[in-house]
Amino acid sequence: MKHIAFGILGAATLGFMASAASAGTLDTVKQKGFIQCGVSTGLAGFSAPDDKGDWKGIDADFCRAVAAAVFGDGSKVKFTPLSAKERFTALQSGEIDILSRNTTWTSNRDSALGLDFVGVTYYDGQGFMINAKKLPGVNSALQLSGAAVCVQSGTTTELNLADYFKKNKMEYNPVVFEKLEEVNAAYDAGRCDAYTTDQSGLYGIRLTLSSPADHVVLPEIISKEPLGPAVRQGDDQWAHVARWTYFALLNAEEAGITQANIDEMKTSTDPNIQRLLGTEPDGKYGADLGLSNDWVVNIIKAVGNYGEMFERNVGSGSPLKIARGINALWTKGGLQYGPPIR
Amino acid sequence: MASQEILREEPSRGSFINDPRIRGLFFQTLVVILLFSSIWWIVHNVIENLQRLHIASGFQFLNSRAGFDISDTPIAYTSDATYGRALVVGLLNTIIVAVVGIVLATIIGFTVGIGRLSHNWLIRKICTVYVEIFRNIPPLLVIFFWYSGVLAVLPPPRESYHLPFGSFLNQRGFYFPRAVWGDGSWLIGAAFVLALAMAWFVARRARQRQMSTGQQFPVFWTSFGLIIGLPLLAFLLAGMPLTLDFPKQSTFNLTGGFWVKPEFLSLLLALSFYTAAFIAEIVRAGIRGVSKGQTEAAAALGLRSGPVLRLVVVPQAMRIVIPPLTSQYLNLTKNSSLAIAIGYPDLTATAGTVLNQTGQAVEGVFIMMIAYLVLSLVTSAVMNVVNARMALVER
Repeated sequence: MKHIAFGILGAATLGFMASAASAGTLDTVKQKGFIQCGVSTGLAGFSAPDDKGDWKGIDADFCRAVAAAVFGDGSKVKFTPLSAKERFTALQSGEIDILSRNTTWTSNRDSALGLDFVGVTYYDGQGFMINAKKLPGVNSALQLSGAAVCVQSGTTTELNLADYFKKNKMEYNPVVFEKLEEVNAAYDAGRCDAYTTDQSGLYGIRLTLSSPADHVVLPEIISKEPLGPAVRQGDDQWAHVARWTYFALLNAEEAGITQANIDEMKTSTDPNIQRLLGTEPDGKYGADLGLSNDWVVNIIKAVGNYGEMFERNVGSGSPLKIARGINALWTKGGLQYGPPIR
Repeated sequence: MASQEILREEPSRGSFINDPRIRGLFFQTLVVILLFSSIWWIVHNVIENLQRLHIASGFQFLNSRAGFDISDTPIAYTSDATYGRALVVGLLNTIIVAVVGIVLATIIGFTVGIGRLSHNWLIRKICTVYVEIFRNIPPLLVIFFWYSGVLAVLPPPRESYHLPFGSFLNQRGFYFPRAVWGDGSWLIGAAFVLALAMAWFVARRARQRQMSTGQQFPVFWTSFGLIIGLPLLAFLLAGMPLTLDFPKQSTFNLTGGFWVKPEFLSLLLALSFYTAAFIAEIVRAGIRGVSKGQTEAAAALGLRSGPVLRLVVVPQAMRIVIPPLTSQYLNLTKNSSLAIAIGYPDLTATAGTVLNQTGQAVEGVFIMMIAYLVLSLVTSAVMNVVNARMALVER
């Protein structure tokens, strides 16, 4: 029901919003003193509350990084958990300032939905998970003809699923729920034979099932899912802040700047690092973005560099143990590439 | 009428500002202008803001390819169909669950309502407990009770319960054989329609005869024989053109036969049981509302208790029952939007998916509102016709 509330709220907001050009999001955010960040309702590794109620995950940390860039304090974030259906309306209507919720970057969302994607914080692809104990002998997604497949509504996943089965001339029964927890519960209860979502998501969800060891992720990857944060279209300044926060995380990793060595690095004489950390005399790269010159220092102090964020949330430092793979830096054969800050 | 004419022709005393007619007209015009300008302002603002935020608007999206699949499709639908057709599928699913739910709720409601007035202590108490339980639990919880509490704990497909007549029950739903009609089966349908028409005719003739001569005719048994007998005869004449498609075990699920999914089943049961509790109370109130003198007068005329109920109490009770019953039918239809919690693809769920895939929230919500409005108005209109026929005809 909540998405309807959002729809109506969105419609009402659009109706009553004064049509004069409003202040930029950066100024609004600075004024209210925190960033309202839209996250998932709980996806391990990306955005999920821990047992103390703190939001953990790459997506949550990205919001902290933006907060650190703006305020010098990564804790000035308020999180809004959103279902897949609610997320875009929440951003469009101004309910949230940034949507960091394992959202796939597509042309339609970038153009017709009034969103502006910041970058790809995680390169993903859609896969299938099955209960190997109940379905021995199934080791490929191509054997799934006739299966009941659990999927979350309003996602690109739902569309890829339809395309994949159509392309391979297979039948399936979609079992569609609005909320992630509902999909998880239905799959765990045996309502469907297979679960489909982004592969990273499958690994995260597997941990929450009643007996994770029984479930296997099938090898096929059926789509490209570049996941990244998005902001409202038409607010370039705010988009720049978010985009360059992401690039700063990448550049810091490339330059070997970590949460542990950030204070030493500030005394570095390497002009590249000086530009990044705002220690270059007369450098004002931060100020040009509408931030302080030590914005990158604040980001790294708050969440570390991209690599640290990855390992802590989904990589070796997490229960998910996902390898860097194509999410490694370009210098290590991956796709993550930060344009220079200069 | 005459006195009004005189009043109107009376010349207004003093200034026209004090004329109540002109003042009334002035304020009414003012309200209309205010209303329309605020509507215009909101619509204008919505359009302007949508453009400013670079969000696509308009209803062109209804003709583009949907790209997603729907689990329950009463009409042909694939992912290649349009968003418009997806919405129609959702609307049909809502109508199906609402209509079946209304029928079921009415049956349960009338049974329980009459049960609460029973002279049998046990029946009365059971009905009271039923009403108090279902009336005081939110419908969403009733839906979850059926979905997670009853249907989800059934065995998986490979260990289905085998029921009589080749039907199966498991956590994926209820499967039963589907009738496949062969050549010449139109004859059976035709015989059925003919039997219905004949039964109606017999009933009419019988009533006329009773009115004029006082003689009764066994209408029920004649109609029963006609409606069962004629199609059966046609079935035999056409050479029994019927085969049954039995559900069979396949790799993942049972295939073939007719499949009722647990989402539909739990929504239907929840809505019916929940609404039936209210209907039961309405029925009880209706019967109680017929004064005791009516029953006594009918008994004094020599009517037995059956005809007393059928000819005297129920027609009068229905006048009290029908208006609040309409509200319950509307409630049931609107409560069916709770389907979203368990993934039944009703209008709300489908429109929500369309809304999300296209990002056009304003249009999506607008379509949903209009659809529910039309559904409710149609239900009300039908019930108003029924009510008008039941109403006391004053002579």
